[in-house]
Amino acid sequence: MATVTTNHKACTVNPLKMSQPLGATLAFMGLNNCMPTMHGSQGCTSFGLVLFVRHFREMIPMQTTAMNEVNTILGGMDNIEQAIMNIWSRAKPDVIGLVSTGLTETKGDDVDGYIKLIRAKHPEIAEMEIIYASTPDYVGAFQDGWGKAVTSIVQEMAVPCLTIQANRVNVFPGAHLTPGDITEIRDIIEAFGMCPVFIPDISGSLDGHIPEDFTPTTLGGTTIRQLRTMGEARASIAIGEQMREAITALESKTGVPCKLFDRLTGLEANDQFMQYLSEVSGKPVPNKYRRQRSQLQDAMLDAHFFTGGKKVAIGAEPDLLWSLGSFLAEMGCEISAAVTTTQSPILEKMPCDDVLIGDLEDLETRAKDCDLLITHSHGRQMAERLALPFLRYGIPTFDRLGAAHKVTVGYSGTRDLVFELGNTFMADEHETTPETWRNSIGINGEEASIQATSRIEINARETKTSCTSNGSCNCG
Amino acid sequence: MATLSEKVQDVFNEPGCDKNQAKGDKERKKGCTKQLTPGAAAGGCAFDGAKIALQPITDVAHLVHGPIACEGNGWDNRGSKSSDSQLYRTGFTTDISELDVIYGGEKRLYKSIREIIEKYDPPAVFVYQTCVTALIGDDIEVVCKAATAKFGKPIIPINAPGFVGAKNLGNKLAGEALLEHVIGTEEPEFTTPYDINIIGEYNLAGELWQIKPLFDELGIRILSCISGDAKYKEVAYSHRARAAMMVCSKAMINVARKMEERYGIPFFEGSFYGISDTSESLRQIAKLLVERGAPSDIIERTEQVIAREEARAWTQINHYRTKLEGKKVLLITGGVKSWSVVSALQEGGMEIVGTSVKKSTDEDKEKIKELMGEDAHMFDDMRPRDMYAMLKESRADIMLSGGRSQFIALKVKMPWLDINQERHHAYAGYVGMVELVKQIEQALFHPVWAQVRKPAPWEIASSTSTEVRAA
Repeated sequence: MATVTTNHKACTVNPLKMSQPLGATLAFMGLNNCMPTMHGSQGCTSFGLVLFVRHFREMIPMQTTAMNEVNTILGGMDNIEQAIMNIWSRAKPDVIGLVSTGLTETKGDDVDGYIKLIRAKHPEIAEMEIIYASTPDYVGAFQDGWGKAVTSIVQEMAVPCLTIQANRVNVFPGAHLTPGDITEIRDIIEAFGMCPVFIPDISGSLDGHIPEDFTPTTLGGTTIRQLRTMGEARASIAIGEQMREAITALESKTGVPCKLFDRLTGLEANDQFMQYLSEVSGKPVPNKYRRQRSQLQDAMLDAHFFTGGKKVAIGAEPDLLWSLGSFLAEMGCEISAAVTTTQSPILEKMPCDDVLIGDLEDLETRAKDCDLLITHSHGRQMAERLALPFLRYGIPTFDRLGAAHKVTVGYSGTRDLVFELGNTFMADEHETTPETWRNSIGINGEEASIQATSRIEINARETKTSCTSNGSCNCG
Repeated sequence: MATLSEKVQDVFNEPGCDKNQAKGDKERKKGCTKQLTPGAAAGGCAFDGAKIALQPITDVAHLVHGPIACEGNGWDNRGSKSSDSQLYRTGFTTDISELDVIYGGEKRLYKSIREIIEKYDPPAVFVYQTCVTALIGDDIEVVCKAATAKFGKPIIPINAPGFVGAKNLGNKLAGEALLEHVIGTEEPEFTTPYDINIIGEYNLAGELWQIKPLFDELGIRILSCISGDAKYKEVAYSHRARAAMMVCSKAMINVARKMEERYGIPFFEGSFYGISDTSESLRQIAKLLVERGAPSDIIERTEQVIAREEARAWTQINHYRTKLEGKKVLLITGGVKSWSVVSALQEGGMEIVGTSVKKSTDEDKEKIKELMGEDAHMFDDMRPRDMYAMLKESRADIMLSGGRSQFIALKVKMPWLDINQERHHAYAGYVGMVELVKQIEQALFHPVWAQVRKPAPWEIASSTSTEVRAA
């Protein structure tokens, strides 16, 4: 159990957090043939676009209503109308995912009302869906925006259905899951003979594949038809606390029973998932996954020597923090510093003393004596300053390849994570020297000895770095 | 103190900009920013432009007053290099909350400035205005004034909220802030007859350092680079330079022109992209310095350096000629670069099948015609779909462009090279051009192309030669 506090600084230094509209935009990128559009100044879209391009290394379809000073004050209806009509005539998407920003929320644009008026004026666009999510920049964070967009998708598209597709399940993944994670979860559910529909499905659009032709909109994702038939599913599965609102909305609208898994990383978490799938499908857990479970157990045994007692500093959004943090604790690590971006009921359950809603400066202050740093790519400067081993998790990951294909769910994803953790700690082991224990003996007194040890550790770390570079030369 | 709208008008009236001078009174008043089309717009906002222009000043704390989006979604994302302080890469923002929107964010801003000074003690803090805080009426100029008085350090307001216009306007408003609050506020320890300013150079990928050794050799001192690898004090005493070079088209023309007006520093517009352009720039600098009283032998020394470096560069580029002969290049960039790299590519034996002139001036276009002939393929606004088609149909062998359009090339399995701001390779000066040609050669002849273009065996008409036993 953790105490959740918010920092009391006026100035955020080295932000961990990104804004709601960006998370909402990413959710809309998981819809097929969609054009996510920000209702704000063109910079809002431009910053987001650059960030996603750097993270996914993909073409990112994103538009803007290009608000300026004057039409912000007069109200943005004309801009929304022009944006919708321009996007419709140029790209002919199935759906426009419209999100508000700090600018238009400060003004107080009634976007729902505008859309009604625009629809009445332009019957020709009746076929195109427009889904709107209200996501001011100055409230919440990235995963809140994702959650709100998915709730909007449900509110807008779900209808009560009389027929039930025997095999269909809806899956609502949180923003912390990668396209690779979604593919893994799909494989697992399909192995039980069921047909999962992900809402949204960024594995269809942002998994880094080569399309046949040029598309100005999203390259894949959940189709409009799949959204309209949400109510025909036998069950809905949500992954991550942030999806609770969406599935609750779906349940009350359509009566599809829902089940929330707060994470799919870790042995027990996946046991529960498999058990649930087995019960829903009426099929035994496939042999493939029994084998993978056994492999995970073995990997945990091999790795526990290296992970036990290690101090870890994590900076991540609540659901990712929970997934990684809980599993690290299960591997015997101590969560010495946990910093997150926004409120969530899951934070209180974190296996550490306190969780801080703060920034990377806060994490840097708390990470000084840690053995490992886990956060997104913006942790690179602090990792260098503190000389800490650094694993990149979360958005943005712009200085490593393959962020979209990093898998930490399922038995096999957890197994990969175990190895990555174990290897990182193993690579950071310090060579013992005649001096390692000298100062721990007590001759110089308690206080001095602790300081001396940490100094030696730092020296050892530096020596090791230079050895590695020599070593690689020799190998070549 | 001029209001923001007055400043915007002033920037639009820039007499140093020949494009602007060619306009009638009425047209000029409308400004140079085209009205953006909702639903079909691309590019950054004025705040983005201001930040791009000033963030390369390395020892300053750059504080963004606004909601998390403006800093949180895009910090530490530019390739400006520093030879010293890394403070410019630290993200500072007031990250205003809903309550600040209601009650005003000025107090939070003031406290933020205090926290930064207590913790990081920078020589100056730059405070950037954004849309939301502008809309709710936070007066950053007043807060900065109060903070300057209280903390005894320059706290500089950068009033360029995103919704006043596009990136280019932001560049200019940032320049105005420097002119109003920074330039001329300090004095250098000493001056020399060889002190110059370089204006509008951001040291992306460390490009300034491809040129600096030449200046060092000639005894020319970069008194201040605005703003690549600059320190606050260097910008503050830049008014003591003898001459200035304005890089990067029109982004900071107001700074160069007003410094000429106020401090009598003559400037010319030049570029370090391309071999002849680099030479021409060096000549101009030498000439201006001599005109301002430097000993005239520098002209001769500059010519010697130019002759030596040009010969070296052309020899090296020639090495690649046999391999690059006849390769077709599609150049998607803006302004000066639309022609300045052309001659180097041509020397490498390559053919330019198209160049975009969206952000180029009439002068730029004339230069393109000079280099590529009257029938030069100039595209005003090439749609992604058209670039895609051009590459897919192999009307070009490689595309050189900015990061955002890279996937257009990669998805049709065609080589691409980054020549815009996010690039990792530096292409300035003589060595830079050689590097560019080398990178093109590497991209074109990479073994990956043959592999990824080959269809899967089952996609080709099958011959069933594999032996299996009948079941």
